[in-house]
Amino acid sequence: MTQINVRVDGASYQDDVEPRTLLVHYLREQLGKVGTVVGCDTSNCGACTVHLDGHAVKSCTVLAVQADGCQVTTIEGVATGEGPTATLHPVQRAFHEMHGLQCGFCTPGMIMASIDLLEENPDPSDEEVREGIEGNLCRCTGYQNIVRAVRQAAAEMSGTAADDPKAEPAAVDTAAAEHVAVQA
Amino acid sequence: MTAVEDPAAPVDAPAKEVGQARRRKEDARLITGRTTWTDNMVLPGMLHLAVLRSPVAHGRITHLDVSAAKERGGVVAVYTGRDLAEEQGSLPCAWPVTPDMVNPGHPSIAVDQVNHVGEAVAIVVARSRTAAADALEAIDVDYEPLPVVLDMEQAVQDGSPLVHDSTSSNTSYHFVFDAGEAGTGADTDGAFADAEVTVSRRFVQQRLIPAFMEPRSVVVQPSGDSYTMWSATQIPHILRVMAAMVTGIPEHKLRVIAPDVGGGFGGKLQVNPEEILCLLIARRLGKPVKWTETRSESLMTAHHGRDQVQFIDIAADRDGTVRGLRVRLLADMGAYLRLITPGVPALGAFMFPGIYKFPAYRFECDGVFTNKVPTDAYRGAGRPEATFAIERIMDELAVELDMDPLELRRKNWIGAEEFPFTTVAGLEYDSGDYHQATEQALQLIGYDELRAEQRRRRESGDPVQLGIGFSTFTEMCGLAPSRVLGSLAFGAGGWEQASIRMLPTGKVEVVTGSTPHGQGHETAWSQIVADQLGVPFEDVEVLHGDTAISSRGLDTYGSRSLVVGGTAVVKAAEKVVQKARVIAAHLLEASEDDLEFTGGKFTVRGTPGAGVGIQEVALAIFAAHDYPEGIEPSIDAEATFDPENFSFPHGTHICAMEVDTETGFVKIRKYACVDDVGTIVNPLIVEGQVHGGLAQGIAQALYEEAIYDADGNLTTGSFVDYLVPAASDLPHFDTGNTVHAATSNPLGAKGVGEAGCIASTPAVVNAALDAVRHLGVSDIRMPLTPERVWRAVHQGGDGGDRAAAGSNAQGASAAEAAAASTDPSSNGSHL
Repeated sequence: MTQINVRVDGASYQDDVEPRTLLVHYLREQLGKVGTVVGCDTSNCGACTVHLDGHAVKSCTVLAVQADGCQVTTIEGVATGEGPTATLHPVQRAFHEMHGLQCGFCTPGMIMASIDLLEENPDPSDEEVREGIEGNLCRCTGYQNIVRAVRQAAAEMSGTAADDPKAEPAAVDTAAAEHVAVQA
Repeated sequence: MTAVEDPAAPVDAPAKEVGQARRRKEDARLITGRTTWTDNMVLPGMLHLAVLRSPVAHGRITHLDVSAAKERGGVVAVYTGRDLAEEQGSLPCAWPVTPDMVNPGHPSIAVDQVNHVGEAVAIVVARSRTAAADALEAIDVDYEPLPVVLDMEQAVQDGSPLVHDSTSSNTSYHFVFDAGEAGTGADTDGAFADAEVTVSRRFVQQRLIPAFMEPRSVVVQPSGDSYTMWSATQIPHILRVMAAMVTGIPEHKLRVIAPDVGGGFGGKLQVNPEEILCLLIARRLGKPVKWTETRSESLMTAHHGRDQVQFIDIAADRDGTVRGLRVRLLADMGAYLRLITPGVPALGAFMFPGIYKFPAYRFECDGVFTNKVPTDAYRGAGRPEATFAIERIMDELAVELDMDPLELRRKNWIGAEEFPFTTVAGLEYDSGDYHQATEQALQLIGYDELRAEQRRRRESGDPVQLGIGFSTFTEMCGLAPSRVLGSLAFGAGGWEQASIRMLPTGKVEVVTGSTPHGQGHETAWSQIVADQLGVPFEDVEVLHGDTAISSRGLDTYGSRSLVVGGTAVVKAAEKVVQKARVIAAHLLEASEDDLEFTGGKFTVRGTPGAGVGIQEVALAIFAAHDYPEGIEPSIDAEATFDPENFSFPHGTHICAMEVDTETGFVKIRKYACVDDVGTIVNPLIVEGQVHGGLAQGIAQALYEEAIYDADGNLTTGSFVDYLVPAASDLPHFDTGNTVHAATSNPLGAKGVGEAGCIASTPAVVNAALDAVRHLGVSDIRMPLTPERVWRAVHQGGDGGDRAAAGSNAQGASAAEAAAASTDPSSNGSHL
């Protein structure tokens, strides 16, 4: 066992871990941070993506001991505030707004990867978003609404979004489903 | 269309929820990580299972020693197949498609013999996940290898080695549908004998893996003689019944819960060996147990999909009028029959004629055992295979006749004025307009410009050629009328259940027997109930996926949730209103006949101001101080809906594809589709379902293939090798809808879950072929890897095997393939 000190979603932990323990298993099994999930065992799917000292990593490719002395942010730590009054991260909000998720299993990793992408490139094109999140697999959405969500979040974060970022989702969609025929 | 609107509704009625792009209620927990995936569950004293799996595809277990594993730290127990042989029973197959179908039985854990790589051989139960996994390496096992059966076309030959000693051949069943014999069409052989033109082809539907993102996981908690099972399943209700029958645990002592489930696509429509094993071991140990698979285990042992060799013949007049269709399938069952393994190709049997007016049709299918993991439902289940075959052969016929492929389709499809239309397969198609959808799709993709560009590239000899491919498809959804399922020997009905509980504060609980795993039932059902009861969307809570809460249900598959389950919700709501009306009349001292119900409020006709809301009625009947004689003090209601017909979504999908003839690289330039899924409850969800289906259908055409090597090892056993597409691998989709309401349910909904997946695959392949047909290419086997495309362009043939495949069903040589598909009556071209 090796002792590690990590700060995860704003709280400090000191734990003994087996040296072989992956960061994702430490997060899930020792800290109960089950919002971060395991989708594969070859680092292809990205479902386990978290931020390590501010950068996206697949937490199945990082040993817990490598996170010693580091700050980890998971999907459970990206909103600000607590409970029903918490303010979602713009990327979280955009995934909801643009229907960028269905079953939601890839979503934590997808959101964490997207936040990192927008920090590197605050105004990505569709192609740049697709390239930027290619390390994260989604089986439900076909990615189109994820691309829309990331671009929507980018606009909101840079202050160029037309809508008030704190506005409630519109009851009737106009943007995300532009090709859908209106039923009279 | 005005399918959604009630023409009698007053103009000041509140806005309908149905039709609005409501953002999903489900999202709040999913985007914040506050989820309840089965693997998240931790129970006091919970033990962890790890499964030792066979590394050989076919062999006898000659030696199995688990004693060393039992001595490992943290190990509580180790079980072999022999330990569990008396109590494990056989995994169920609910669909004996013919009376004489051979089912050798399916043990959850191998006892004497293994029949596919990955079959369970021993199970370690330990204090931790890692202790269980570590102890697997201490198990000593020897196998005596048996001949491995992989290629279906060889497996059905006389003298082939057998997968199962207990059977006389590798053929499980021979299923025939003959329209002439069924009285739904003319004699097929006669149609071919008289035909001016026939074309025959052999198409390969490669083996696919559903590859849901959440690996399967099971937790079982015993409590006295009762058991609670949490499972990442699509079918908690069916699982409960089946698990009770397999294990002998009385049904009322077993509760099954599907918590948050991370996708299924048919892959979680199963009674899994590990679900039964968890139940048996929890019963033995009296302790809660958990099993969660790795991705490698998932790809290797969760059921696969597709895997058919299709021989298809089409007969037509010179002017393009189709005269007959003949289909012969070899369908790979894998080593065992799982829940609906044999039924998947049989479900497709009725869809091969597609949207075309064939006068004659014959379908034959052999279900074939091989030493591979069983196949079963995967998004579309039989219908994608059928749609691929018909939409590909229509293009081949067009080439043979030198006709425009769209013109050939127009000539033969059912006209909008002909609905309802009974097909040669005996199905009554409900509604639609194939012409309208096609015209809209052509607009959406910019067809004329693309054809002009194609001509320019042809003329200039551009190394990158452009092709345009069509798929004008329909599918049968809303599974299913119970009597029809009975006539097809399916082991259950197709009804669905809903109940509505009106709480004292006016809030509404809707209990549904459908079990979502990403589809958004909580949102769509809330929209339906909000309209039906006139209550706010936010006041509705949808409960599902727990047999103790939702006691009756048949779960989610076959695009049935909204069509069947949503209709049950409508029926239950109608009963609630009916019951509330009696009480409202009493409270308002009016006659029931004088009451109107609009926007959640009962009012007395001709008496302005007098009224009572249904939410107030809920409180009044909770107090029950004042209600009429002779009725029960409740306005709760439940309903079971059994449809009388399937619903038939349709659409036109168009793919424009660039093919680099120098590298074999293909790239979708544009993809447009117009789908008619009937009335749309939530356009955002519908669009999302179409996108996801497209991704999977395109992935079959371009990326995915489960490949076994010559020894029966899955060489695509991780996401390194099994290519689930990433965002960068897929194009932007232009989607649209036409709306022709289904006639089989009051919502008018047809189902959307599978449409994109069923329709897209042939459009993509047709597009690629359209790009290179002038270079002499008439078929390329899926997936269209650069290697295959390059070979087809430069060496002829269909591109052949991929390097990883030593020998499998797709591995027959081109020469064998041509020989097998040659039909003596055919005068069509074989390339």
